Amino acid sequence: MSDLDTFRADTRTWLEANCPAEMRTPLKGDQDFCWGGRNFVFQSDAQKQWLDVMVAKGWTVPTWPTEFGGGGLSRKEEAVIHQEMHRINARIPLFSFGISMLGPALLKFGTDAQKAEHLPKIARGEIHWCQGYSEPGAGSDLASLKTKAEDKGDHYIVNGQKVWTSYADKADWIFCLVRTDNTGKKHHGISFVLFDMTTEGVEVRPIKLISGRSPFCETFFSDVKVLKSNLVGEEHKGWSIAKYLLTHEREMIGGSNEVGRPLHEIAAASLGLQDGKLSDPMLRAKIAEAEIDEWAFNLTVKRKLAEAKAGASLGADSSMLKYYGTELNKRKFELMMDASGHDGLEWESERSNDGKVARSWLRTKGNSIEGGTSEVQLNIISKHILQLPGA
Amino acid sequence: MALVLNEDEVMMRDMAQGFFAEKAPIKALRTLRDTQDETGFDRGLWSEMAAQGFAGIVVPEEHGGVDMGYLAAGLVAEQMGRNLTASPFFSTAILAATALRHGSAEQQGEWLPKIASGDAVIALALDEGVKHNPRGTSTTAEPSGNGFKLNGAKAMVVDGHVADVMIVAARTSGEDGDADGISLFLVDPKAKGISTERTIMVDSHNAARIDLDDVEVSGDALLGTLDEGMNVLDAVLSAGRGIAAAELLGAGAQAFEDTVAYIKERKQFGAIIGEFQALQHRSSHMYSELEIARSAVVGALTALDAGDEKASQYCAMAKAKLGSVAKLVSQEGVQMHGGVGMTDEYDIGLFMKRIRVLQELMGDAHYHMNEFANSHSY
Repeated sequence: MSDLDTFRADTRTWLEANCPAEMRTPLKGDQDFCWGGRNFVFQSDAQKQWLDVMVAKGWTVPTWPTEFGGGGLSRKEEAVIHQEMHRINARIPLFSFGISMLGPALLKFGTDAQKAEHLPKIARGEIHWCQGYSEPGAGSDLASLKTKAEDKGDHYIVNGQKVWTSYADKADWIFCLVRTDNTGKKHHGISFVLFDMTTEGVEVRPIKLISGRSPFCETFFSDVKVLKSNLVGEEHKGWSIAKYLLTHEREMIGGSNEVGRPLHEIAAASLGLQDGKLSDPMLRAKIAEAEIDEWAFNLTVKRKLAEAKAGASLGADSSMLKYYGTELNKRKFELMMDASGHDGLEWESERSNDGKVARSWLRTKGNSIEGGTSEVQLNIISKHILQLPGA
Repeated sequence: MALVLNEDEVMMRDMAQGFFAEKAPIKALRTLRDTQDETGFDRGLWSEMAAQGFAGIVVPEEHGGVDMGYLAAGLVAEQMGRNLTASPFFSTAILAATALRHGSAEQQGEWLPKIASGDAVIALALDEGVKHNPRGTSTTAEPSGNGFKLNGAKAMVVDGHVADVMIVAARTSGEDGDADGISLFLVDPKAKGISTERTIMVDSHNAARIDLDDVEVSGDALLGTLDEGMNVLDAVLSAGRGIAAAELLGAGAQAFEDTVAYIKERKQFGAIIGEFQALQHRSSHMYSELEIARSAVVGALTALDAGDEKASQYCAMAKAKLGSVAKLVSQEGVQMHGGVGMTDEYDIGLFMKRIRVLQELMGDAHYHMNEFANSHSY
């Protein structure tokens, strides 16, 4: 047996022994996600226990160094853990923008003190982070952001407004893009800072969406004091960190299109079959097309990650994955609504699990807007991959 | 599943890239077309392809092949797609070689070495009527003396008019629509009762219609087991669909690259037209589709080489995807070329024609989407 086979066998045994049975059932809704943080209320003892054992193992962040609460493992070992978790339908123990976005940026750009301060708390799920990027006047054109950070010697005074801040109402800290200089080009003069959401002058208002849910907030800053020790990377040069982080976000959005049950099963259960075929032939054809595309897209995610591991940089292809994955996901949910018919339209009923399909369908409309719209991704492909003039 | 090419595969791709660009570029196809070449491909080129190992790419080494597998064969087909190369690679090196690997020791010994050396062209006579429908095979083979008597009409027989031998699918039992009851026969194209009509196709590549009228074959002409030809055909169709998908990928990718190059040069309204977002976004969309399509091809052919139980389904899915994507790319290519896209002088029209034929060959996207849904019971 290779080392990796041994690792797989050990992982399987350990997961069997340590993953509570309750944590091997599908997530039913937002309430089942474990986000951690100061104010997080665990849904069950099993949820807490599952987080605790994974934290102790360093497996909430398997590839981070052990000194920061990680498992010190290789990418291949991490993949084994994910495969083995998937095998027993184990839930992800901790969802966190700290893990998927800020952590990688701190590991690359942070000071030793910043890493020591923040990474272990992210790994243990003690601090819930949110991302302060978009502003009312800076969405797709993110670099035109105006939230101002004035230099006051050992600290900044921050004033301005962010919007589309995911889960800001539940977050403990924010990683935030602010303008420290507005004399040069728009990509210059942006800085990347961290601060506590309980700092005086921070105000959060949830935004109610078409899905009826409020996963996003407007966030206001008035004279918020931020110590300079919380500046990540160089002053005025936060754009490169922002871009690095966006690449991670795009991969996450582009790759996260799991619906669970295959579309055709949902359609067959809903519409019924005639002579072994879905009773709506046009819908049947569209579902077949979407399922073939999904297969090929999932292979593409694997292929691009394999190429990236082999040394080729993913680069602007993260935009391709984000564009295709989100558009495909929207298509799938449109077909799911078609298949669900009258039942899918119910908004508040036990039958519809409080409109789960409808709310999910509405939520997918944001997939191709957040993290850079599809149109912005197409611009990036035109410019950086196809090298078309003026793009 | 390794979705990244290994060193040997990279070498094969690079070799094929250089070979076809030099020996069989698009202008070679134009010459074959304009001189109304009777063979429809260059026999000298086919010998050279054999010398490179391309003809025997899935032939076992004991029969003189290089046995590199279908992913490697796909890399060759992709380069042929880029150059619109005419050759018996698809009919002989892929379809016939795959079928004959299921033949008797005698059949293998007779034909596989000739495939690998480039000394035999072998055509598969499967399709009938207007659309691909293997289970609908209605050509019959009735017992006659020590052998069989064949009757029927075949269409879309690639390289049929220049074949040294044909593999004919005929019904020996069952009814139209049954997968069981089909058998395969090795048939001499010069046998009494066969009439062959070369059909000049839109893409200037080879195809023929074959009529069989009381054609007598001996009992040892049977390839594989009586009534169970579909088992062999499954392997042949998977290989054919996977490789046709690879050729579509090459043709689609080249059509796309030609188009992008064109819009970087063409000026209108005082601007390079590639600056217009209307064209940029369509180009970026096509780039994305081609990347997804490439994964489908690599995934399907890798599964085929690995003997994955779902390989035949993956090859069909790849054929469906590539049929759609290559069509999109060639149609957009002509549109984005504007007026010159309608001229014979520019290559983009040739790509559109070749892609039209390849996407029809062995089942178009509609056929495979329908089959996909059937196989998933919906």
